[in-house]
Amino acid sequence: MKYFLRRIGYFLLTLWAAITLNFLIPRLQPGDPAELMIRQISGRDTEIDPARIEAMRVMLGQPDGNLFEQYLAYLGQLARGDFGYSYTYFPATVTDVIGRALLWTLVLVGVTLVLSFVLGTVLGAFAAWWRNSPFDSIVTLGSTFVGTLQSFWVALLLLFVFGYVLGWFPTAGGYEASMPGLNLEFLLDAVKHSVLPAAVLMLLGPVGWVLGMRNTMILNLGEDYIRLARAKGVPDKQIALRYAARNALLPSVTGLAMALGGILGGQILIETTFDYPGLGRLMQQAASGKDYPLLQALLLFTIVGTLVANLVADMLYGVLDPRARKAA
Amino acid sequence: MSENPSNPTPAPDVADLALAEAEQTDRIDHGPGWFRILWSSRKARAGIVLLGLYVLLAILAPVIAPYRGDDTSFAPVLLPGGEHLMGTTTQGADIFSQLIWGTRVSLVVGLFGGLFATAVGLVIGLTSGYFEGTWIDDVLSLLTNVALVVPTLPLIITLMAYSEVRSIWFTILIIGIISWAGAARSKRALMITLRHRDFVTAAKFAGDRTPTIIAREILPQMTSLVAAGFFGAATGAIGAEAGLSFLGLGNTESVSWGTMLYQAQLQGALAQGLWVWLLVPGLALSGLIMALTLINFGIDLISNPHLREDG
Repeated sequence: MKYFLRRIGYFLLTLWAAITLNFLIPRLQPGDPAELMIRQISGRDTEIDPARIEAMRVMLGQPDGNLFEQYLAYLGQLARGDFGYSYTYFPATVTDVIGRALLWTLVLVGVTLVLSFVLGTVLGAFAAWWRNSPFDSIVTLGSTFVGTLQSFWVALLLLFVFGYVLGWFPTAGGYEASMPGLNLEFLLDAVKHSVLPAAVLMLLGPVGWVLGMRNTMILNLGEDYIRLARAKGVPDKQIALRYAARNALLPSVTGLAMALGGILGGQILIETTFDYPGLGRLMQQAASGKDYPLLQALLLFTIVGTLVANLVADMLYGVLDPRARKAA
Repeated sequence: MSENPSNPTPAPDVADLALAEAEQTDRIDHGPGWFRILWSSRKARAGIVLLGLYVLLAILAPVIAPYRGDDTSFAPVLLPGGEHLMGTTTQGADIFSQLIWGTRVSLVVGLFGGLFATAVGLVIGLTSGYFEGTWIDDVLSLLTNVALVVPTLPLIITLMAYSEVRSIWFTILIIGIISWAGAARSKRALMITLRHRDFVTAAKFAGDRTPTIIAREILPQMTSLVAAGFFGAATGAIGAEAGLSFLGLGNTESVSWGTMLYQAQLQGALAQGLWVWLLVPGLALSGLIMALTLINFGIDLISNPHLREDG
């Protein structure tokens, strides 16, 4: 029990630190941040729409007060889930804009993450079991090689070959704009648009899981309990699956929990390349368009997602591995 | 050596021999012999040669590259061949020259981003580990843990979006500030185990001051970990710079491989079938990252002798 309380306490502390960091980033530059940002966006001499300053003030939490008052106002807004208005999508609120992109990212990145995890872990386990075999060499060298590729470059190449040269898949977007509504036609169209982004994620995604699983499994296979099982005459298949792989899975499972939290950040580079309407492309748009309220909210969203996932991973570790509980 | 138990068997020469041998391997680990171990691994050797090629390209860029990377005075969209080995871009820049000059950006970012992140991680990790259990350690550990879980790319992008500065040094600074946490954690852990070793206690009793102990006794034990951390951080920095430039958030002063790909997508290299423009910057990036990865395999051999046997 003490282990879990400690983890929750630590989670709250890091959450506070992250929220404070998010509060401080826009205030690190000198001068009135609200006016400064508006000037940056609209140029030095243009007439400034008071509504935009107001939007900025909402986001910053009344920059008139001192830093502490601003901080309190900022925390109050967070508690209400009020992130102000987006510049680029005005008059939509930041919450609305994020809400629209959320599902796209959740489906694309979530599905490919789980599939990558399964594929990578299975490949890694077999590579460790048949260590130094041709299969192991191919899997290990292949993963190392794929690991050196830049995701956006692979995305560009696939887009070029399958989108432009062969014309098998659409070259941008998540769906045809003319097709609203939730029907079969729309769903098929959305799937067609997500094939290429998903292919990139499925190619690059398993690498980390393969190498991680292989390494822990090799360590586990050298342990005494495996030797004992062999001496007892436990069948090979059972040793591989029920003994070694099961124990080696532990770090990967907590890793998966953490990676699931990372989904909320979207895949910035890949989504941008394919102009896919998810959270990652939204972040890129917010950054290039200097849409600060949207950018701040997305960053916070990403951080909180990762922190919660971290907490879940820690909890899971405590449940799955009794040693972790005792150590705390 | 202090951990060696005194040998009770009546064969002192054998024990001496073993001791001498142990001392020798010790010297190989931390002396100039490390390069021999690195070189003895085929993977690391390939990595060193490959990295050497990149360094040579970067140094000799003015000799090798026929034009400047930002010279856009040529006819646009020329196909590879003739005056322009890899053709020209939509804006009329020589692709081959951009590729060669881009080597400099990536190497500078890797070197200084890696050094910066390694230095910050080392200072924070060592301080935190040395003061284990005190409030200094608590604060630094919290900082490290926050930095460790905060997603790197979104944070870098946010900071870049706020900044008006678009120089390569600013990119390096931001990348370095954000990617030190993993190194700090591993150094803290090693510091804690080393701090209670006999040779550190002995140095303390001999009257050495804390900075001397850290520099003379503890740091040499960490060489391979620091080196591995550096190459890891350099790889991360190179990738981050490429990604940022691809998003149009990188430095605008010089052409990097990331900027080349950004321009390629922006100016319709895909639709016009200019595949060389798309292909070469990514290949160059992968080759460089491959070189660093291979060298890190070799560094693992130095820190973990068990791996050496099955090379």
